[in-house]
Amino acid sequence: MAALYEGYTLCGLVPEQNLSNSGVRGIEQERDSDHVVVTDSTRSVTMYKVSDQKPLGRWTVKQGQSLTCPAVFNPKTKEYVAVSDNQVIRIWKEEDVLLDKTFKATVSSDIWRVHCAHGGDPVVLFQRGAVRLLDSLLSAPQQPIEEILAQEEAIRWSTNIVAETQQFVIFTTEQKGDTLIYLQGLNPNTLQRYRLEREEPGLSPLSFSVTYKDKHIHLLYLYPNGHVYQSVLSVRGLGTEEGLQALQVPRGLLLALPVGEGLLEAASALVLDEAHVAVVGVPHPSAGACKDFLCIWNTNFQTLQAGKEMAGKIYGQLWCYSNKLFIPHGKTLSVIPFVCPKSSLASALGKLKQAKAEESKSPASVPSWNKILHGEKAQPSRTVETRKMRTSRKSQSTLCLSADQVLDLIKTAPIEAVQKEVEGLLSRSDIQDLQPCVGQLVSILVSRSLADPSFYIPSTLAQLVHTQCLCHSACPDLVLLALEKKDYFLCQLCLQFFPDIPEAVTCACLKAFISLPDIDAEKASLEPDSISFVEALISRERAQVSFQNGYGTTTCEDRSDDPSEGGGIIKEKEKTSAPSEQICPVGLHKAVLLNEVLQTAYSETFLLPHLKDLSSQHVVLFLQYLQFLYLKYSQDDFPQMHGLRSPSLTQIMDWVCLVLDAHFTMLVMIPEAKGLLLNLHSFVKSQVRLVSELGKIEGSLQELKNMKVKKEVGQYSVEIIELF
Amino acid sequence: MGEFKVHRVRFFEYMPSPIRAMAFNSRTDRLAVARGDGAVEIFNFADNYFQEKVIPGQDSRAVEALCWVGQRLFSAGLNGEITEYDLENLRPKYTVMAYGGPAWTLSMSTECFLCQVGCEDGTVKMFEILEERIQFQRNHDRQKGRIISLSWHPSGTHIAAGMMGMIRIFETETGSPANKEVVVWSVAFLSDHTVISGDSAGKVQVWDGFTGTLIKTHLITKWDVLALSDQSSLVAGTSEGTVTQFQFLPLIVGQQDKEWVRTRTFKNHSHDVRALAHTETAVVSGGMDTQLVVQPLLDRVEKNTQESALRKIAFPHRSLVCCAKKSGLLLFQFPEHLELWRLGESDGHGKPGDSLPVRKKPEKLIHLKRKGEDHICCSALSPCGGWLAYTTVSSVRLYRLQYNNNSISIKKLPKLPKELCSAHQLCFSSDSSKLFASSKHSSVIVVALGQSECKYLHTLKPKSGYGTTEQPVHLLFVSEDSKWLAAANTGCEIHIYNLNKLKLHCTVPVYSSCPTAIAIHPVTSNLVTVHANQQIFEYSLAQKEYTEWSRKLQKQGLHNLWLERDTPITHISFNPNNQAHIILHDMFMLCIIDQSLPLPDRKTLLYNQMTLRSVPESERLRHSHAFKICKNFQHLLCVSTLEDQALVVVERPLLDIMSQLPAPVRQKKFAT
Repeated sequence: MAALYEGYTLCGLVPEQNLSNSGVRGIEQERDSDHVVVTDSTRSVTMYKVSDQKPLGRWTVKQGQSLTCPAVFNPKTKEYVAVSDNQVIRIWKEEDVLLDKTFKATVSSDIWRVHCAHGGDPVVLFQRGAVRLLDSLLSAPQQPIEEILAQEEAIRWSTNIVAETQQFVIFTTEQKGDTLIYLQGLNPNTLQRYRLEREEPGLSPLSFSVTYKDKHIHLLYLYPNGHVYQSVLSVRGLGTEEGLQALQVPRGLLLALPVGEGLLEAASALVLDEAHVAVVGVPHPSAGACKDFLCIWNTNFQTLQAGKEMAGKIYGQLWCYSNKLFIPHGKTLSVIPFVCPKSSLASALGKLKQAKAEESKSPASVPSWNKILHGEKAQPSRTVETRKMRTSRKSQSTLCLSADQVLDLIKTAPIEAVQKEVEGLLSRSDIQDLQPCVGQLVSILVSRSLADPSFYIPSTLAQLVHTQCLCHSACPDLVLLALEKKDYFLCQLCLQFFPDIPEAVTCACLKAFISLPDIDAEKASLEPDSISFVEALISRERAQVSFQNGYGTTTCEDRSDDPSEGGGIIKEKEKTSAPSEQICPVGLHKAVLLNEVLQTAYSETFLLPHLKDLSSQHVVLFLQYLQFLYLKYSQDDFPQMHGLRSPSLTQIMDWVCLVLDAHFTMLVMIPEAKGLLLNLHSFVKSQVRLVSELGKIEGSLQELKNMKVKKEVGQYSVEIIELF
Repeated sequence: MGEFKVHRVRFFEYMPSPIRAMAFNSRTDRLAVARGDGAVEIFNFADNYFQEKVIPGQDSRAVEALCWVGQRLFSAGLNGEITEYDLENLRPKYTVMAYGGPAWTLSMSTECFLCQVGCEDGTVKMFEILEERIQFQRNHDRQKGRIISLSWHPSGTHIAAGMMGMIRIFETETGSPANKEVVVWSVAFLSDHTVISGDSAGKVQVWDGFTGTLIKTHLITKWDVLALSDQSSLVAGTSEGTVTQFQFLPLIVGQQDKEWVRTRTFKNHSHDVRALAHTETAVVSGGMDTQLVVQPLLDRVEKNTQESALRKIAFPHRSLVCCAKKSGLLLFQFPEHLELWRLGESDGHGKPGDSLPVRKKPEKLIHLKRKGEDHICCSALSPCGGWLAYTTVSSVRLYRLQYNNNSISIKKLPKLPKELCSAHQLCFSSDSSKLFASSKHSSVIVVALGQSECKYLHTLKPKSGYGTTEQPVHLLFVSEDSKWLAAANTGCEIHIYNLNKLKLHCTVPVYSSCPTAIAIHPVTSNLVTVHANQQIFEYSLAQKEYTEWSRKLQKQGLHNLWLERDTPITHISFNPNNQAHIILHDMFMLCIIDQSLPLPDRKTLLYNQMTLRSVPESERLRHSHAFKICKNFQHLLCVSTLEDQALVVVERPLLDIMSQLPAPVRQKKFAT
């Protein structure tokens, strides 16, 4: 779950009298994540160190002049760029004290904004839609500036991104109720123009937010009716002819935020990561109509993840730099740190065992939904993620830093070193703290093992699985890797500890286990508890001298009920075939492994298609084993081994049914399966009978309960009683 | 045996008052319980927890604390007075003003005959207990907040006072500071100078009384710890309705170092536990939910005995309902007022188990508010319905009722004889010509009723002399032919007066257990008595000896299940159709004893109605025995016969009482 932490005040504000404007023109990142430049709506620019809540420098234009665009910092030249009185570009350095004495250049047209994206050059966007690189503009300040926009068209919002090699300026305009998007590429210059689908008449977007991912620009925008849409624009546009008519861009509704009564006025939505959106100025769904909230929504699950009431009026302004939200409200500018850990299916379904611990800590390394679904490698957002992790970890402890070092080290170090380091890391600290690292460790180890066949450290992996901090979605390849390496112990551990093994993998394990020669199986060292359970089962089989029919009572009843069925024959058959059924058809270790499979969670619909892959031989063997288990379980003196992990009778029965469902036609045709089928049929019959008897008992108990209900007695009644 | 038409009445909205304070006198085995309306009840724990005496409340009297000194009972209340009660005449003996605002607590030192009162103004006032009164002695240093709780050190040299936020020990002047704003609801001062406090923060704290240091804190509830009581172990009641027991035990078996350890928790109440008493064998608790609960401590009683059973006393052990047989009227007694109802009527006949259609609904005829401050202590309605009388500790009022078709007139008799100034019990003769009122010293005043006036006739007195007590009369019964009057007092004596001769006829041999109900058979003139220990006797007034049946019953003994019932028989009447039938009831059952049938022996099934119903009629006689017990009706306040042979059953379901209580402390329950 995303979380908003306790915020702090960066500075006080001087909002306008009628509170229509917060007094902040803009906030831009400075040299690093801890420094920002705040431009107020009048005359000054202030540079803050955020974590210290302290201004480090302040520059003011002369009385009578005003800043018309937020100052930006150009990290390449370490210069600040701002625009005063629409046409005067000002450039200064940190050591300059007086703004008047610094560089000025007057241009021929009104400037809308100066942008400087991280890793890009400063770009100037003119109010009439033209775009120039700052350098080229300064070389000839009075150069003529063309008009791109139509007469009644005006820019509403703009930004600047660096997409791989090319820099883009994106701006939206409004013209007679239409919202248009311009995508201006620089070097080479390209211009694309799109039109947004119209929302209800009269509504135009309140805010925009842009992210770049996989050669596509994702534009997110919020309408006053609370709808948040996303449109995807390709960087490689279709046509580059200028002035062409604007294509309508498709949109997808991401969220429909509750707006309470009326429309939103000052609100803003900001993309935080793939799945999270921060929203201000929208009412909290469970807090009535008050709109002074900052909320984080998950767009995948459409859930509200965190919310915070902000004191004072919200102006609909919101900035986000490196895990901190900057929000002007009332008379203050607050900084609110947040985390948005990746959501995984496991954690969303509540299956992840340490989900709780994860919530409050930094994001886990469990890969996100999308990655599982589309099978992507964990690369695109890698930089973001690690930065996020580093910053959050910095504040946690020094220990995690060393975990980082370990992460780096295991990518290249030899086996012994890796083993030693991981062991050290695990022994050193509280497992809870390690949660995120363990996931990363394993995924790195697994990918290295896959890439390099000679690299495989079973003991370390087993140790990591034992921490119980892992789930299958965190390291999807681990189980298959273990199978490939014939590391059955690890397989067993994974089956035991992972709550979310997909049915395909479960089936793969089953197939591998059942086809495993017993000799190989005996070589594997498995968990002692599960071995002792099967040992107990088998040893009882040997020790048993007198034959005891486990399901005898029910079948006996069967016979008395319906003698025509030829129960006597069945009985004889049982007697003769019983000894063979009472012998475990598989070896000890194999049985242990199969038991693990029986105990995994699954969904029938997903399991059935994979079960069909089993060969007839294996099916029969598996059924024989299941039959053996069933017989053992239904024996009257079956010992209750509570301490030991063991499949339950219902699990066994369910698997019998599943396997039969998957292979029935095939089994009917195999002669050697006939006896087996007959036996299984009688098991199922006895189970059905048991359930129906239970149903009858339930019915009579229900009746008893109904009988107990006393009739209502009013205030006064005249009754006749009889005494005997 | 027969069918009965039963008027099942549930419109008596009787509401017991919450329990506020309790004091147990271990020497006499009596428990005094004070209720929210100021009434004080005395329970005799030695006699099957019978509610022996009830001292009615008063408007202004809100008792906050009770205290026994020897046989004397004192109370202090929010009216700022200290009251001593006259337990023979069931009234306050005298009151002394403490002059400190509302009094919150009262503590007596048995050693030096001193009593201390904690007052609103922060003073602890010390009174000397004299033979006939109490006298103010001196004030302790005045404290800042009100004194909520007091406890004497058994030696009488020190006293611990609990107030807002602190406990102070007087005489040594070592205070134990507590910074938080908590109310120390109760303190207990133990002989080893340990002070134990229960406070509004839910803690029971053990303090060293010499140094004022905290030894141990037990957090037992999220809410207030309201009451503490100590004996060899200590119990604390909380506002969640739980009672927690602490015992002073060695932490390791066999070692000397002992510590107060929390041992048991009982949850017998739904609301605040306001008062606690610790007897030798049990914890007695009471509170907002109005029930008195006796929870035996199983390590101190023999298992599976009557003593080891949990007891809840919900209803008073006396009748609050009076039924006028001849006119089908019911009189309900509340502390503040009386209600007179006329029963409804129904049509036709029905099969057993049927409810008959009600042709006429019951009708509330009169709502009579009492005069003055004192609460009503007893009331009576004449069998014809023409007279109504009630009494408080200070006065008796008599009303003449006249019914003209649909209207009803009520007239107070202006002048009552001066002898009739107060009474504990009232009773009309069956022809409504006489009123009997029990008065002080076990005497009974006889008043003749005329058309609109009344005349004092006589005072019946038991023979005074050796062995007689002067206990108040709590039961009166006049025989149908108005020849005999039976009067039972809490000293277990039953006197029989011959009304024709206006003199004592005889005294029934005194039985050790207090009678809970008496009645004289209309035909045979045998006196039937039932006692707190559930024994039943039949005494022939003519022969002045126990009847044959009674002897047989005593010889054979009553059935165990009968003896194990935990509510007393509160009313006896007779079936006018069959003179062998005695109709009795307690809170949970209605019983008809058929004297013509064999008595059940130990092996017989006592509750055999279901069995009898299932066997064919011819065999029923073989299976039946004298005790016909009907459990169709529960929470009974009264069962009475009407002239038309119908029965009137007045029920007050406990659930209805519970539903009228204020909401208890809200507790978060799973999935709510």
